[in-house]
Amino acid sequence: MKAKDNFLKVKHLYNRAGFGISYPDLHKLSKKNIEKVVDGLLKEPKDDDALKLVDPSEEKRQLLVQAGLYAKKDLNDEEKKMRQEIIRMQNEISRDLNIAFVSKMINTQSPLREKMTLFWHGHFACRSNNPMYAQQLNNIQRKNGLGSFKTLLVEVSKSPAMLNYLNNQQNKKGKPNENFARELMELFTLGRGNYSEKDIKESARSFTGWTYDKDGSFNFRQNQHDDRTKTFFGKIGNFQGENIIDIILEKPETAEFISRKVYKFFVNDTPNEAHVKELANHFYNSKYDIGELMRKMFTSDWFYAPENVGTKIKSPAEFLVGLSREFYVTYNKPLVLIQLQSSLGQYLFNPPNVAGWPGGQSWIDSSSLMLRMRIPSLVLNDGEIDFSGKADPEDEAVIALSRAGTNNANANAKPKSYVNANANWPKFLDTFPNGTTPLELTEFLLQPKLNDKITKMVSDNKGLRSTAVEITSMPEYQLC
Amino acid sequence: MNRRNFLRNTGFVAAGSLFVPAFMKPLEAMALDELSLYKNLVVVQLSGGNDGLNTVIPHGNDIYYQKRRSIAIKPEEVIKLNDMQGLNPNMIALKEIYDQGWMTIINDVGYPNPDRSHFRSMDIWQTGSDSNQFLSTGWIGRYLDSNCQTCKFPYTAIEVDDSLSLAMKGQTKKGIALKDPAALFRNTNDPFFKAMLQSDKEHLDEDNLGYLYKTMIETQSSASYIQNTSKIYQSKSIYPTSGFANQLKTVSKFISSGLKTRVYYVSMSGFDTHVNQINQQGNLLKQYSEGMAAFLKDLKSNNKLEDTLVITFSEFGRRVEQNASNGTDHGTANNMFVFGGKLKKQGIFNAAPNLSDLDTGDLKYQLDFRQVYGTILDKWLDVNNADILNKKFNTLDFI
Repeated sequence: MKAKDNFLKVKHLYNRAGFGISYPDLHKLSKKNIEKVVDGLLKEPKDDDALKLVDPSEEKRQLLVQAGLYAKKDLNDEEKKMRQEIIRMQNEISRDLNIAFVSKMINTQSPLREKMTLFWHGHFACRSNNPMYAQQLNNIQRKNGLGSFKTLLVEVSKSPAMLNYLNNQQNKKGKPNENFARELMELFTLGRGNYSEKDIKESARSFTGWTYDKDGSFNFRQNQHDDRTKTFFGKIGNFQGENIIDIILEKPETAEFISRKVYKFFVNDTPNEAHVKELANHFYNSKYDIGELMRKMFTSDWFYAPENVGTKIKSPAEFLVGLSREFYVTYNKPLVLIQLQSSLGQYLFNPPNVAGWPGGQSWIDSSSLMLRMRIPSLVLNDGEIDFSGKADPEDEAVIALSRAGTNNANANAKPKSYVNANANWPKFLDTFPNGTTPLELTEFLLQPKLNDKITKMVSDNKGLRSTAVEITSMPEYQLC
Repeated sequence: MNRRNFLRNTGFVAAGSLFVPAFMKPLEAMALDELSLYKNLVVVQLSGGNDGLNTVIPHGNDIYYQKRRSIAIKPEEVIKLNDMQGLNPNMIALKEIYDQGWMTIINDVGYPNPDRSHFRSMDIWQTGSDSNQFLSTGWIGRYLDSNCQTCKFPYTAIEVDDSLSLAMKGQTKKGIALKDPAALFRNTNDPFFKAMLQSDKEHLDEDNLGYLYKTMIETQSSASYIQNTSKIYQSKSIYPTSGFANQLKTVSKFISSGLKTRVYYVSMSGFDTHVNQINQQGNLLKQYSEGMAAFLKDLKSNNKLEDTLVITFSEFGRRVEQNASNGTDHGTANNMFVFGGKLKKQGIFNAAPNLSDLDTGDLKYQLDFRQVYGTILDKWLDVNNADILNKKFNTLDFI
């Protein structure tokens, strides 16, 4: 009985801390006690784990050309073409970057690290047209995702992607732009109600002069910085941006805000305030060590309580990555991954706004649920897909251009396409011991407890493969 | 092997009676006597930021011609509505509509501290938020949430698209997105889908699994209702061949067959005209106008025009001055169109944009877009706009 308990605990842990687990790994790990398993998840990977899709030197060269073209008043035709070509290439690289992140989540040996990256990707939500900046921010979130929250916060705040997204380039002495200061407190650290408008105004002045250069490096411009005295949370001083961040971190509300968000992402949409408080105290006392926060959470008994197992709705990213990981799926046309993200409501690197994706039940409406239930047969059985999805608003300029001069009245209609993916069925089926029954496979694939209906449905089944496709098409598979 | 085949081979296909929970019952048992006097709202979204100044042209204002040397619409080409404003020549199809008194133009609609990012500004328009506020529900979604007399059913709001816009998502209720009612009906009648739904009450708790099952049941129920109500209807009107006109044709089919839907949502994209604007925007405005004119005439011939209100918006207008590439860049306030058979104020609703009093090169807004929403919520959808928009907005007199 104890072995079976541990089996379920490890499975739950890997569903939440990662993107699921293979049967042999689960079998092996469930022989260890849970503290050891959590240790293993928290261990740093040996190699440099960064995304390296975007080549910074090539990007810098393009950026400089682009900046030169934008500065010029009258462009000749060739220069106009060049500018369009650069925009087109940037968009293409941005899509490749998205796919690189998804592929990393699918193939990673450090699932918790990628899960944390996904968490911070939503917490420090940001859009950037510049794939080099976007990659840099993603790598900051990966590198510090389990480290010091302070380092993470400072590095994110100094990243060109965020400085640009929250208009800090326009935040200058005498002409402050409060956007960054506001979101820093409202969404990144303290949460609404824990600061005043005056705190925003004063801290915005402290961040004046925080800019970046065209090559993507942080640049503190002294001549744009307001170096007069500021009053922030009752403290008076000539505060710089770093001082503001320190003062924010001194407030336990920050530890509580982050802990609640972590709890909602990893444990339950509805926070148990006693558990959040427990986490927040631990996080604050550990001087904002994210790894310690995660260890505390994953080793708490309540993490494995029935109300927290198989009850969370998977995000589109968790759903797509989990399915692809589970069945060793390769995508022959990886762009379909973007189409799917967009139709399911979570286009990575393109959050709806700086507040990130709201999550929970908001992932599900009639069309997104219908699509989720169809995806397994599309991906695993190479079915046909006939949705065109909505255009991303940022792509409107490209759409407008592609229609220039044409009178294509039906530009919205796209031909039907196939997902064009291959599941590695032999490899998947090989991971199970001989004689595994459809019912046992079902128990392994689903996180919610099986009810009579499902038991009855699968007991009639003959093959494991058809069982797997069926099970992953069920509403129950949307939960983890 | 497609899904239907693999499912057909399994044993559970022999379907018993479908479990219908109590809260879904009124849906199927809909009385037909309520069919008349059913008011519809159709929201048309132009994505990308339509250039309002080249849509409704301020031909009586010299500043317009000074700031738009190479892309201004020549005075002799403008379809003049009064001494100051007129329509883009590509919108000739709407001239007749305008003359019939079925169209109102509201100038300079915007909001304080405008955002020039497509995404953020669209977010603001769809959620009805302030520009420094982040809402995760849409204004129509919150109308559904309000659980008013007119918005009880899951098909109260239909988006003719593959996916559902934020505008249509509430906290507890959401609209339904579909392009083709027959396809959705087929999918929800897939033996596997049906088998999933024949079960006991344990799934319908308030937890997440219950929510998934509730969504499935509502989808199936709505799909059946929509398909069964609308399948017999055959439109006699001729629509132009464009994606947009097709969407409107579907909406017309739903309205004319008496579907008890209150809100329809359609969108058209491609309006982000930074480069060589004249042809691109011209083509789009032509598609828009021809589709809209066909739609309104179709509704008229079915006696539905008086029960229908159509609004058109875009996430922002464009800068008053053109750019160096014969296009325009992101701006702020923009015009909105209102169509219907029962407009209180027809024609041009308020003063034309003031091109000499700009905010760093951009139009200042005269009216908050939430005054337009508020008017529709109060006077057309019969709810108190403060309940939906989180504060009370003064209503306008266009309906």
